[in-house]
Amino acid sequence: MADNDKPHTEITNPVLKWIDYRLPVISMMNHATVDYPTPRNLNYFWNFGSLAGFTLVLMIATGLVLAMHYTPHVDHAFASVERIMRDVNYGWAIRFVHMNGASFFFIVVYIHIFRGLYYGSYKSPRELLWILGVVILLLMMATAFMGYVLPWGQMSFWGAKVITNLFSAIPLVGEDIVIWLWGGFSIDNPTLNRFFVLHFLLPFVIFGVVFLHIVALHQHGSNNPLGIDTKGPQDSIPFHPYYTVKDYLGLGVFLTIFAAVVFFAPDYLGHPDNYIEANPLQTPAHIVPEWYFLPFYAILRAIPDKLMGVIAMFAAIAVLFILPWLDRSPVRSARFRPAYKWFFWVLFADCILLGWCGANSPDDTWLGIEFVVWSRLATAYYFAHFLLIIPYLGLFEKTKQPPASIAEPVLGGGPAGAVVATAKPMEKQ
Amino acid sequence: MAEAVHGSGHEDNEGTRRDFLSLTAAAMGAVAVGGALWPLIDSMNPAADALAVATLDVNLAPIEQGQAITVMWRGTPVFIRHRTEAEIAEARGVELGDLPDPATDEERVQKPEWLVMVGVCTHLGCIPLGQKVGENKGEYGGWFCPCHGSHYDTSGRIRRGPAPTNLPVPPYEFASDTEITIG
Repeated sequence: MADNDKPHTEITNPVLKWIDYRLPVISMMNHATVDYPTPRNLNYFWNFGSLAGFTLVLMIATGLVLAMHYTPHVDHAFASVERIMRDVNYGWAIRFVHMNGASFFFIVVYIHIFRGLYYGSYKSPRELLWILGVVILLLMMATAFMGYVLPWGQMSFWGAKVITNLFSAIPLVGEDIVIWLWGGFSIDNPTLNRFFVLHFLLPFVIFGVVFLHIVALHQHGSNNPLGIDTKGPQDSIPFHPYYTVKDYLGLGVFLTIFAAVVFFAPDYLGHPDNYIEANPLQTPAHIVPEWYFLPFYAILRAIPDKLMGVIAMFAAIAVLFILPWLDRSPVRSARFRPAYKWFFWVLFADCILLGWCGANSPDDTWLGIEFVVWSRLATAYYFAHFLLIIPYLGLFEKTKQPPASIAEPVLGGGPAGAVVATAKPMEKQ
Repeated sequence: MAEAVHGSGHEDNEGTRRDFLSLTAAAMGAVAVGGALWPLIDSMNPAADALAVATLDVNLAPIEQGQAITVMWRGTPVFIRHRTEAEIAEARGVELGDLPDPATDEERVQKPEWLVMVGVCTHLGCIPLGQKVGENKGEYGGWFCPCHGSHYDTSGRIRRGPAPTNLPVPPYEFASDTEITIG
């Protein structure tokens, strides 16, 4: 790593120098966003981490302002959201950014996760980095769910009812837990109040876990498309300007697509039923969660037993926690794993299929087969991928030989003087 | 190696093309961030529903001479006093030189018998006494602020005490002889 570990940027301003000598925030920021030695071969899939960070800040900024106008009371919540849409200056824009921002947050994070799956970013020494990421995903799901309840429309109410009722599946204490969650015997004002408070709090918790995620990332540096460690200064480049520029370009593309949706199809990803005020006496005819929960919803419905369905749904995420130990393959990147590469894409298609199943009524048919059957097949495959295929491939897959270093395919051979061993499996030191 | 690519090689004071690009990019970025922040900041300004209730119609017919009413306009009290001849005469007999904030009574009313003004002390925002019968009207027969002892006369002008200016007159107009629109 040699000179890439040393800060390139000297602080010249005497005031900043004085501060930094006592409180090294400036050199920390420098290290994280300027000097941070980054593998030279990152592709555009590495944009999605910083995009997720940007979206988090966007959600906190817009959410903060929305909270100033929102009233967390069952009699006023729906009207206060309509007031934001009609009366508050730019309220419509702020709410649509926040609403669609949630969807785009999940799009970005899902791509980020699949990037990690493809290039083996979860493997040693980045297991905790990966686990913190899964924690962030869980926190995001909780935050998104509670945020969706706040407008107090029909989908808000019935979504809250269905999701909180999941906990009633717990043997013996389930019913009591649900009453505790509700703060009453039905979803009512106490529920809305606590959901609002938690929806406000959790993004800051996410922010804290993101900080740890970044600390863990910088400990061993970013993974890269080759999945091999950087061997020396010839393998890495400073984050600024190379990846700041690349991230800005990605941000521009992201914002273009995001703006197109916010301004031209702001309700495309939502449900019209949520513009009807919550009515505890009438369930909407077709109740589905937001798109980003559909695959998990399909898994829930695929299992005919209530408790097992809930367990399977949570297990679908829990399995990600142990993925670093399920995958025993010594090679990280799917580029050098000819079989895993295909199974990766099958898993991806399987997740899309699960989402498609979640969006449709179980009794409807697709290609002559009921969706409930599709859901069961897709659910079975999802778990088979992680619990059977991945461990099996780790033992028996014939992997290709990754290059000796990141620079080697570009510069032809290692740098003079540097000792470049042939890539060792897993590259554990 | 990274360093060699990093700087574009010009160490003179002219500035490089990269400097130009960085500065223009930063300037455009600042414009974009400002443009994105503006809706968030502007959303904290009064909303359309708050602006919609910014005018108020008041029927003056039931107010007898010598009586006063207080109405709420934009969340603040507005004093409307149907002044007696004596009060008008007193307000108009004052030398302008005796006033901390000189203003003639004619400037402060549209019709002499109707005094309309915002009932918030200009010192620190308390509501002066003097609207109801039996309340302390201060030494000048107008209003008296109990918080820090400001005395206002029958034209609502500050006469004594810490308040710096007269009670402000809101924009209003007579819709008819007996009805005004405030705001």
